[in-house]
Amino acid sequence: MTLAFSGEEIASQVEEQLPGSIVDSSQDSLVVNSESWLAVATFLKDTPGLDFDYLTSITAVDYYDYFEMVYQLTSLKHNHSLVVKTRCYEREKPKLPSVVSLWRGADFQEREIYDLMGISFDGHPNLKRIFLWQGFQGHPLRKDYL
Amino acid sequence: MEVKDKPGIYVYGDKQLDRAEGEAIESLKAHCQQPIPDPDRWLAQEIQRNVLVTTVDGVLNWARKFSLWPVNFGLACCAFEMIATAASRFDISRFGMEIFRPSPRQADLMIVAGTLTWKMAPQLRRIYDQMAEPKWVLAMGACAISGGTFVQSYSVVPGVNRIVPVDVYVPGCPPRPEALLYGIRLIHDKISKRSIATEG
Repeated sequence: MTLAFSGEEIASQVEEQLPGSIVDSSQDSLVVNSESWLAVATFLKDTPGLDFDYLTSITAVDYYDYFEMVYQLTSLKHNHSLVVKTRCYEREKPKLPSVVSLWRGADFQEREIYDLMGISFDGHPNLKRIFLWQGFQGHPLRKDYL
Repeated sequence: MEVKDKPGIYVYGDKQLDRAEGEAIESLKAHCQQPIPDPDRWLAQEIQRNVLVTTVDGVLNWARKFSLWPVNFGLACCAFEMIATAASRFDISRFGMEIFRPSPRQADLMIVAGTLTWKMAPQLRRIYDQMAEPKWVLAMGACAISGGTFVQSYSVVPGVNRIVPVDVYVPGCPPRPEALLYGIRLIHDKISKRSIATEG
């Protein structure tokens, strides 16, 4: 059985290495400052003992005030997992760093989120719509889309 | 030799049996010196049966009807009912249509089974255009008929009749194989009413 890390447990390690990067942490997850997200992701992937080498999934949630990205990370080496979140408060042109450079599996999932939620990812190699067609107006998974 | 105290029951010795067998064979041989003629009375009847009076329409439609090759356009869960219809339990080959192919070139009937999205719509139209005339379209399930549950969705075509002309609509979510077979029978009825004079 995969060991699920609590956010609090990892938060102290991350905070030690990258001060000011953690916004919130709980039993289930930790929330990372969007500016330091890429640095935290690199830390989580490359630190011996953590080795989160596999990105299970990315999700985006619209909470009206902000968009929240949910990253589910797994280490195949140590068989443990972690949920990391980051928030984006901009609604008109939301922007977050892309993690394709760390996990190739993020490619299509970030495109899906761009397509349906309208969040752009900085550093994505091929950011365009994936399910809907070019020319489609709006981003249908946003709460205010109707 | 009759068995003692048991009237009607006889026991034969080996010699008696051999003699009886020999007599039977000799008698059969004596009676079977000429071959029995092959039965040929049916030949005359067959010639009578082979004279068939029909119309060109009748024979052409009959041929088309029982060799309707489907192109499978399985888009969603309806596709599994379509696959079940083609498999052994419901056996679509009873109607001469066991060759399900994703190729439209030899197909006569397109079964649109499932939800058609706007992104898939150009491909549906293209497959339809590639099919040779005459061709028929069967819309299978609520989604193909009207968009179904997704009728007000941003991405779903509200009925495949926006894209291609539909001959038969089979309702259900998904329809049972029996329903699909009934729809195919309706296509057969439609074919049998065609006329070469007007439709080619």
